Amino acid sequence: MSQWEVVIGLETHVQLQTQSKIFSGASTAFGAAPNAQACAVDIALPGVLPVLNREAVVCAIRFGLAVGAEIAPRSVFARKNYFYPDLPKGYQISQFEIPVVSGGGLTIQVGETEKYVHLTRAHLEEDAGKSLHEDFHGKSGIDLNRAGTPLLEIVTEPDMRSAAEAVAYAKALHALVQWIGICDGNMQEGSFRCDANVSVRRPGAPLGTRREIKNLNSFRFLQQAIEYEIKWQIETIEDGGKIQQATVLFDPDTGETRAMRSKEDAHDYRYFPDPDLLPLEIKPDWIAAVKAGLPELPAAMKARFEADYGLSAYDAGGLTATRGTAKYFEDCVAIAGKESAKPCANWVMGEVAARLNKEGLEISAAPVSPAQLAGVVKRIADNTISNKIAKDVFEALWSGEGKDADAVIEAKGLKQITDTGAIEKIIDEVLAANPKSVEEFRAGKDKAFNALVGQAMKATKGKANPQQVNELLKKKLAG
Amino acid sequence: MIHASLKDLSAALAAKKVSAVELATLFLDRIEKLNPTLNAFVSVDRDKTLAMARDADARRAAGETGPLLGVPLAHKDIFCAEGWLTTCGSRMLSNFVSPYDATVVRNFKQAGAVTLGKCNMDEFAMGSSNETSFYGAVKNPWDTARVPGGSSGGSAAAVAARLAPAATGTDTGGSIRQPAALCGFTGLKPTYGVVSRYGMIAFASSLDQGGPMARSAEDCALMLNAMAGFDERDSTSLERPVEDYARDLDQPLAGLRIGLPKEFFGAGMDEDVRAAVEAALAEYRKLGATTVEVSLPNSGLSVPAYYVIAPAEASSNLSRFDGVRYGHRAAEYGDLNDMYSKSRAQGFGDEVKRRILVGTYVLSHGYYDAYYLQAQKVRRLIADDFAAAFKDCDVIMGPTSPSTAFRLGEKAADPVQMYLSDIYTIAVNLAGLPGMSVPCGFDRQGLPVGLQIVGGWFAEAKMLNVAHQYQRATDWHLRRPALAE
Repeated sequence: MSQWEVVIGLETHVQLQTQSKIFSGASTAFGAAPNAQACAVDIALPGVLPVLNREAVVCAIRFGLAVGAEIAPRSVFARKNYFYPDLPKGYQISQFEIPVVSGGGLTIQVGETEKYVHLTRAHLEEDAGKSLHEDFHGKSGIDLNRAGTPLLEIVTEPDMRSAAEAVAYAKALHALVQWIGICDGNMQEGSFRCDANVSVRRPGAPLGTRREIKNLNSFRFLQQAIEYEIKWQIETIEDGGKIQQATVLFDPDTGETRAMRSKEDAHDYRYFPDPDLLPLEIKPDWIAAVKAGLPELPAAMKARFEADYGLSAYDAGGLTATRGTAKYFEDCVAIAGKESAKPCANWVMGEVAARLNKEGLEISAAPVSPAQLAGVVKRIADNTISNKIAKDVFEALWSGEGKDADAVIEAKGLKQITDTGAIEKIIDEVLAANPKSVEEFRAGKDKAFNALVGQAMKATKGKANPQQVNELLKKKLAG
Repeated sequence: MIHASLKDLSAALAAKKVSAVELATLFLDRIEKLNPTLNAFVSVDRDKTLAMARDADARRAAGETGPLLGVPLAHKDIFCAEGWLTTCGSRMLSNFVSPYDATVVRNFKQAGAVTLGKCNMDEFAMGSSNETSFYGAVKNPWDTARVPGGSSGGSAAAVAARLAPAATGTDTGGSIRQPAALCGFTGLKPTYGVVSRYGMIAFASSLDQGGPMARSAEDCALMLNAMAGFDERDSTSLERPVEDYARDLDQPLAGLRIGLPKEFFGAGMDEDVRAAVEAALAEYRKLGATTVEVSLPNSGLSVPAYYVIAPAEASSNLSRFDGVRYGHRAAEYGDLNDMYSKSRAQGFGDEVKRRILVGTYVLSHGYYDAYYLQAQKVRRLIADDFAAAFKDCDVIMGPTSPSTAFRLGEKAADPVQMYLSDIYTIAVNLAGLPGMSVPCGFDRQGLPVGLQIVGGWFAEAKMLNVAHQYQRATDWHLRRPALAE
């Protein structure tokens, strides 16, 4: 494998979060009865005309600004002509020669290394409907609810060198489009779909022939499909075969890719500028207005977290994975205090993330509020409770027992024992009750010491300050 | 009453000398009598029409007024009208009842106009003789062995034969003006973007424009007032202040500069047409106008450029007619591709297929630059020619069509000959300019000749003024075929 270099470029279809479709007034809401959300324009009745949805353009501008791209002052909608039953007009309105967004890029993190993935372009287009092949007794059904849904197709340069990089890019993009509020990110509903162009070559050689894997709608499928495709291409070439340019589909059941159509039967889409739509003109003041409404972007926020809170790149990256997480964290720090930023970060990415994940909740729906979490962190900082007890407090808050950390600590009597006399008394009892462990410790078995600490903690139901227990126990055993 | 102008009908309705129902009945009866001869209408629905007329009468009884309230008129069958069969002259849409109104249809409805029916036309507006219609050829009321012109041939025959006082038409390369010339009445193609294209079944989107077909310039102004206006459902519709297109009708023509493109007066024009146009120019000079020779050096490229651009757009516009959601679907077919090819092979006629093929070819990979892009450049040159010419003149005049009405079948077998009958009108569409045809005489066989008036962008009111003053001085527009007596 090491003698092959993998080259990957991604094309991602991002469904834009607009109320209505890109060229009609029909709703874009997901899940309505088939064809209930297809108006005359979506059905392509004779005589109807498209009118561009301004909000879709705003989404494209937001994206362009977020990735540092150029926003074309004048871009053109073109018709991509082909016949398919779920394409009502017989052409898709897309942007071809002049896209609305060009260039820019995204920084991705793979393990410890950062990498910048260049974007070629991003263009606006309309989605097609859906063909339904089941339950129609040998015929196909057509649902045009999705027809005309606004999409931003985001195309990268062939910058990625592994499936892991491709997945990292897709995840970063997925996070960004949600961050800037242009996409709900719902992959099950098809709001974010990737096509992967994959080729292999000998290092330094010209680009190999690529095959395009279509419609990957989960990160896992993206990873599996690319890995399978790489293996297949290398084996094919090593067996003396040649890669033919083709479009392939990934079968999640078999984990394999298979050719859908070859270059020979590729469509001639006969692109030409759509005469029903004027060129899209975006003046600098429009861009400025959109820019003013953009939230702080994840890269900038990450740098700020590192600088202001002294967090590691890893922590700052994790906290800025989603806007919700970052907000939760900052709300928490605002109450707990800047000096508690690191413990706050640990809690947000540790306990909070784990519980949310387990229950399938968004952070905005977390039962423990940032203020409540800040209360817990504060009580650890002032030694009222230990880290371990803090977890119990957190659990209690999560289950709705008590309005804040102090109330839980009070109600459950979880206040940490820091009185030296009290701890000493307990240690004496533990030593008396465990002569065997004491003997083992004296014989040089360090493990026995831990057992004794455990006994002491157990005797206080975890409430003793662990550091004090350690120190006092050492003193007693030495003396 | 059947010879009355829209203006007079409007006055009679306002004075309650006649009701909308009476007027509608009068014209419906004429349609019933003469349509079998002329084939001008594809659909007539007496109940629907009379219901609209009763509604107009009720609105008037309730105190509403308006120049078109209760006035009957016909629509070219390219305009979608709710509840009406809307065929576009094609078998493909022979079963299509529109669930919505085109903006033009809605505008007339709001004004209270009464729809007499839907007029025959060349299939998908592709033709210059109305012989490509799935519903058969339309006959010219001046001589039923001859064509009425096209593609708005049904509207033209209806207006000329007094089956309707006025009608809507559309003009992509001359489809209002050429039939107006061949049938002897007044037709106006407005500046591109003045009349909404929403609900007007697209042939060539960048060229199509709806407009009025009526007895006189004055009536055209009245109709255009109702038709024109910004429409947020058409992105190519222009957002301009509302105009009264009749405002300048009575302005004198003294000092008017008429440009005569030398390219429009060369070979290829019938001598009788030339004589009638020359006589009209002489009349204009009498009215105080001066004439000046201008040049449109690239006008010779307009027919070839048009027959690249229009088919290219049409090939894409007509892709939606696939038999999937509405329209004709073959009764028997194998797989999906077979359904497409059979449905479209059966649903479209020869001329439509020819243009889809040409359009598909010129847009194909590797040919786009040589044909479509090149044609778009030519189009710009043609528009620049006009802009330069309008520095020396206020309006441009010439023949509308090189000949008078030709015989049915005469050019049907030779598409290029047919295409050349729009040689003077096509450049106007390519430039997006407004153009008119005004009756200006007859040839030796008694067939009408049309004078084309071309104005600068948005000069409709000026052109209508120029035409109206001529019509005050002449009576060509009042002549009518024997069939209309």
